[in-house]
Amino acid sequence: MPFSLLKYGLKNDYPFEQDADLPSPSELKKHYDVVIIGGGGHGVATAYYLAKYHGITNIAILEKGYLGGGNTARNTAVIRSNYLTSEGVKFYKESVDLFQGLSNEFDFNIMYSSRGQLTLAHTDATVRSFRQRTEVNKHFGGRTELIDPQQIKELVPTLNMNPADMPVLAGLWHIDGATARHDAVAWGYAKGATQRGVELHQLTEVVDVIVEKGRATGVKTNRGTVHCDCVIQAVAGHSSLVAAMAGIKMPITTYPLQAMVTQPVKPFLDPLVSSSALHCYVQQTGRGEIVFGGGSDPYPLYNTRSTLDLKESLLAHAVEMFPFMANLKLMRQWAGITDMTSDYSPIMGLSPVENYYLDAGWGTWGFKSTPICGKTMAELVASGGKVPDLIAPFSMDRFDEFRQVNEMGATAASH
Amino acid sequence: MKLMNCPLNGPRNISEFVYGGEVRPMPNQATCSDKEWADYVFYSDNNIRIVKEWWFHSPSGYWFIAERHTASDEIVKTYDSSELFSERVEFNAPDDQPAPVLQTEGLK
Repeated sequence: MPFSLLKYGLKNDYPFEQDADLPSPSELKKHYDVVIIGGGGHGVATAYYLAKYHGITNIAILEKGYLGGGNTARNTAVIRSNYLTSEGVKFYKESVDLFQGLSNEFDFNIMYSSRGQLTLAHTDATVRSFRQRTEVNKHFGGRTELIDPQQIKELVPTLNMNPADMPVLAGLWHIDGATARHDAVAWGYAKGATQRGVELHQLTEVVDVIVEKGRATGVKTNRGTVHCDCVIQAVAGHSSLVAAMAGIKMPITTYPLQAMVTQPVKPFLDPLVSSSALHCYVQQTGRGEIVFGGGSDPYPLYNTRSTLDLKESLLAHAVEMFPFMANLKLMRQWAGITDMTSDYSPIMGLSPVENYYLDAGWGTWGFKSTPICGKTMAELVASGGKVPDLIAPFSMDRFDEFRQVNEMGATAASH
Repeated sequence: MKLMNCPLNGPRNISEFVYGGEVRPMPNQATCSDKEWADYVFYSDNNIRIVKEWWFHSPSGYWFIAERHTASDEIVKTYDSSELFSERVEFNAPDDQPAPVLQTEGLK
């Protein structure tokens, strides 16, 4: 190996005849079996599983920007399953299981890193809810424990145990918690899907959905009209706008979510740490940078601008948790547009329009569900609209029947 | 710092205000169907345009209406709710009496 490396080092040309990961752009065909609106993690994962498990490869993924350039690139890459409801935990547990095998499955490193996730409780009420989440999680096979301040200190020695004068009483220690390279997840799925014949069309914006007699029959794009047997929308922050093209009104409100990252430092923080009262979560990436995130903006907006107000409060909380970070410099800040539902659970499944499937309402918890969402949406589409049990509780009509799946406490600011 | 013009107190920091949701006609809760109520409570056009919204100036406890663009975040104008509502709306109407109907002229 060293000699061959040396030989390659002395060559003028790149020595490998390597196939590109993604095929070159092609013309749009007139007709596809399945059109997926949105080339983010969810869209390409759905295409991948349709091709892999269901033999459906005549698929076009239409992406108005570039692959994984929306919220797939903007999330803070937390993977966990310690939710509150049995519906939620079952669903996200499957997702964590799938994530663990993705690098092998793709033959492409998604940099999955199993760090564990720690959520801090500062009140008795939170401790009680953590106890419930622990038990629900264990019941469905997840690894979650309630730990005391001494154990927290051992896990995270740099943590201030009395941030903002709110002593840490206990912690929800989710051993399965992990992180991964979010872009690589989209790339891996896209590579696997396109190798099986799926077409990924970037810079292709859907401008209208053709609905005839209550059935979706195609889409109009900036590159012409495409007919299809069914349409899946997986467009995250723009869910309401795209659904409106098909005449569908959704129970969604759109908010920006801001995050930021510091300059890299020595590794000091293994678990992902979040505080339930400070509305702040902190993690150190594999490159040493520290990523912060918090709650959504206080009012709805379709804009990825950053505000000083939110940055200030988020940083104040982060510095309360890890005081030494006051000396660090911020490197980047950004925001994503999130499609929030009132119960903090997603909307997946059928829509009022026949053959038009919804993958929306992912708010601030979309990345961690990428594999299982793709897999179950593929099952749904391949079966012609038979909703898999795992996602049945997340149908849009739950709002009409007042049977929401309340994950607010397990979602807000712990991601 | 973003400023909002409070009709009562003049320009103030946006952090003093609380968002209260879009202004839209409320169905009569005594007579409407579950679907109508769900539509009012959960569903939203959530479009990119100028919307009329309820805002609350927290320090002075004052509710008013703002017109704001949902993509540019530009606050076009703010005014007192009396410009849209001519009488007080009671929310605790007994079931056997029809609830008062909102003045919805000019609302869309």
